[in-house]
Amino acid sequence: MAQARSHLGRTIAAHAVLITYTLIALFPVFVIVINSMKTRKAIFAEPLALPGPETFDLVGFTTVLQQGDFFQYFLNSLIVTVASLFFVLLFGAMAAFALSEYRFKGNTLMGLYLALGIMIPIRLGTVAILQMMVAAGLVNTLTALILVYTAQGLPLAVFILSEFMKQVSDDLKNAGRIDGLSEYRIFFTLVVPLVRPAMATVAVFSMIPIWNDLWFPLILAPSEATKTITLGSQVFIGQFVTNWNAVLAALSLAILPVLILYLVFSRQLIRGITAGAVK
Amino acid sequence: MHSRPLRIALLTSTLLASAFAAHAEDVTLTIESWRNDDLSIWQDKLIPAFEASHPGIKVVFAPSAPTEYNAVLNSKLDAGSAGDLITCRPFDASLELYNKGKLTDLSGLASMANFSDVAKSAWSTDDGKATFCVPMASVIHGFIYNKDAFDALGLTPPTTEEEFFAVLDKIKADGTYIPMAMGTNDQWEAATMGYQNIGPNYWKGEEGRLALIKGEQKLTDPQWVAPFTEIAKWKPYLGDGFEAQTYPDSQNLFTLGRAAIYPAGSWEISGFNAQAQFKMGAFPPPVPKAGDECYISDHTDIAMGMNAASPHADQAKAFLEWVGSPEFATLYANALPGFFSLNNTPVKMEDPLAQEFVSWREKCKSTIRSTYQILSRGTPNLENETWTASANVIKGTETPEAAAAKLQEGLAAWYAPQQK
Amino acid sequence: MAARKPIRWHIPVFLAPAVLVYTAIMIVPLFGTLNLSLFNVNEARETVFAGLDNFRTLFTDPRWSASFWNALKNNTWFFIIHMLVQNPIGILLAALLSSPRLRMAAFYRTAIFIPTILSFVIVGFVWKLILSPIWGIAPGMLDGIGLKSLFAPWLGKEQYALTTLALVSVWQFIGIPMMLIYAALLSIPDEVLEAAEMDGITGASQFWKIKLPLILPSIGIISILTFVGNFNAFDLIYVAQGALAGPNFSTDILGTFLYRTFFGFQLQLGDPHMGATIATAMFFIILVGVCFYLFTIQTRLRRYQF
Repeated sequence: MAQARSHLGRTIAAHAVLITYTLIALFPVFVIVINSMKTRKAIFAEPLALPGPETFDLVGFTTVLQQGDFFQYFLNSLIVTVASLFFVLLFGAMAAFALSEYRFKGNTLMGLYLALGIMIPIRLGTVAILQMMVAAGLVNTLTALILVYTAQGLPLAVFILSEFMKQVSDDLKNAGRIDGLSEYRIFFTLVVPLVRPAMATVAVFSMIPIWNDLWFPLILAPSEATKTITLGSQVFIGQFVTNWNAVLAALSLAILPVLILYLVFSRQLIRGITAGAVK
Repeated sequence: MHSRPLRIALLTSTLLASAFAAHAEDVTLTIESWRNDDLSIWQDKLIPAFEASHPGIKVVFAPSAPTEYNAVLNSKLDAGSAGDLITCRPFDASLELYNKGKLTDLSGLASMANFSDVAKSAWSTDDGKATFCVPMASVIHGFIYNKDAFDALGLTPPTTEEEFFAVLDKIKADGTYIPMAMGTNDQWEAATMGYQNIGPNYWKGEEGRLALIKGEQKLTDPQWVAPFTEIAKWKPYLGDGFEAQTYPDSQNLFTLGRAAIYPAGSWEISGFNAQAQFKMGAFPPPVPKAGDECYISDHTDIAMGMNAASPHADQAKAFLEWVGSPEFATLYANALPGFFSLNNTPVKMEDPLAQEFVSWREKCKSTIRSTYQILSRGTPNLENETWTASANVIKGTETPEAAAAKLQEGLAAWYAPQQK
Repeated sequence: MAARKPIRWHIPVFLAPAVLVYTAIMIVPLFGTLNLSLFNVNEARETVFAGLDNFRTLFTDPRWSASFWNALKNNTWFFIIHMLVQNPIGILLAALLSSPRLRMAAFYRTAIFIPTILSFVIVGFVWKLILSPIWGIAPGMLDGIGLKSLFAPWLGKEQYALTTLALVSVWQFIGIPMMLIYAALLSIPDEVLEAAEMDGITGASQFWKIKLPLILPSIGIISILTFVGNFNAFDLIYVAQGALAGPNFSTDILGTFLYRTFFGFQLQLGDPHMGATIATAMFFIILVGVCFYLFTIQTRLRRYQF
């Protein structure tokens, strides 16, 4: 009886903490979205009020949608993000497997070498990267962005994945070897399914900086046809911008797709964690 | 994939990439700019006018955000992917590009004759022999005020410092309006709309500015400390929490009618016209004493040059000739009221507020911002230091004398004429 | 030796794609840049080898060193706040979320992670709005609960601005430690927990005695990720306060100091050589931290595993 009550109390406390934090997490997003649909006067007069019949105004969205092809921008962002993630996960998992599975000369050194990349912002290499892309004729192509983001994402992916791969039981792999499976089969059919939760985690972490990056789209692919949505919405938030309707609308438009994308990924992520957890 | 002819072909195609609509035989020029606000003006007014008179040349305006422009442009120029036409910042930023061979010498352009030496000074070498950008516009500092508020309170635009503070006191006593819309969060407003706005009246415009460059005056001299002393007095007239008030905050405060006076640059005019629901007026920086000669900051701000690596030099030059023409001057000044043409040909402007600003050129002496020419060449950078100092002085965290002493010390650390 | 063992070709095959892409796109350009720190431009505009002169300037010239130490000090404070606020709260949230019978766990988990997916542009803009003394969301809310006097223009005050921005950054990134710890907690074998319950260890004491030791390696990872992330941080400060990291450089961290120096700002011209010098110094700071983690903390954590 007493135990049941204390259990109930604990559940309530847990919900209270989680609800509080959820409110803190969502409040700013809420502020942007409601205000993007209000008249300029109402934004300033009652920033927290919901848009009502008097204050409802979509002028921000019409301005933004006239200025640029947001659907194209969104597609560009999607292509770049998905392709980069694919390569980061594939190459990253392969390298992490090699590092965590085999003992060979220079293993530690290779691990350190691959980790160097998380210690220096890649932005510093901008000029050399740009020169390379110009020489290869890749400026203003999505390929340039995919290459850069793949390179940028690899160190962290290798770092996290090799930690997880060390935990995969040796018995399983050795059983596979006895059955005559090649190292490649062992990797793709035995190990990869087991580290799915870690890969989902890496996917989510790598996706964020790629989706939200402003710098490389600006330098490598600023043309209208290759603009990403983050770059497209940045046009409205420059130093000389006072059109808050447009700014808030652009921000809302930049939030929504990534939110949907995340909600889709999030299901995968959790499914991965619960189904494939290393137990 | 990486063979040389293909590489060149791809390189060219990148320059063309954004102009997929152009005909194959057309040459497409790309303009690099930080003026992303002007995108629609270029697309709808300026470029069509040029293309109509120059068949075979297409122009694409490709701006980036002002804060990133220098970094983005320099990276692109170094790597060889920058556009054909480069919008030039005044003085050293562009001079450096010219010295590195990134910008072409344009002294030979016929339309350069349309500009005075003063107009060209911001984009010429120190000896004045080469000019590498075609001047486009200058901006004038002053104060924009809410005419309805002034009428309601029975105020007239002040001409002297004393009147200025009397007006501020009256607005404050009335309480309906915040007397002045300015914040220090972004720091540059304090320096540009504060210090550089009212300063020329104290250091006597060009006289003081040139004396500083020659090393004959120091930033600790009374005429250079006085503007700091003045802006230090502004604090009580700014809105609550002005320390965290950003530049867009200030603009919105004023255009929503909550503040009465806005320390301004003329570039605000078109934005304010679109957003403010009340009548506006403008007055030049008030002089210290009645009868003093007045000086205004009429700052050469924007020009256009040519990427030395452009494969379309002839077409780019044709475009620049057009930028230097009276036709462009009229189009630009009227499309962007507040950006005043530097062309010798008088330009007729429709906008009353812009006319008010430009009328000060008749009665006051013009100068440019004191920190821009030569003095911001070293480390520490005088302009950036001035931002921090002005913000500190307005907030009261540094005294005018201490701020001036720090600036002087920083300047003397690397600038030989100030080391005597 | 080598002759006896056949070359295990699968190892290079597994490593090659990652190593090639990473070396070509990241390492070569980055080291090209860091190499610049050993050179300088002389009066005649020629690039000359300068040895360690640039580092001498950075650490001994009063102006450069004052800026550098200021940025390093601020950066350390930025990191401390993350370690004290972000990671404990992240662990707490993960622990609550992983309790087996919790309803709506999926909703909480998704919602709390949302700030992490937002771009810096959005985060900087919206928090400036909320904290703005003009717009009045924060002052209005404090007023609502009778605490108006607590409001200050935090982002504009030297003594508060950095802490405020660090907390905003915590708000944004709390999802990362939460998710990593959550994944680690879920992968604790059920048998271990059942055995603990048999022994009567449940609830909070189960967390402290059983789960926490088992997730220590993950806590190690998030600590080092936080360290690296914080010492590379740049965007939030840049978006909220600009490249001059005002007020009065009180929010200047190594990333903003580096950006300003390397790329230049406003009238200040970019100085690739001093910029590269700062970058190299940052690189060594992070390298020392990571090596410390790899060679002392991580090996010790391993020993306590299973």
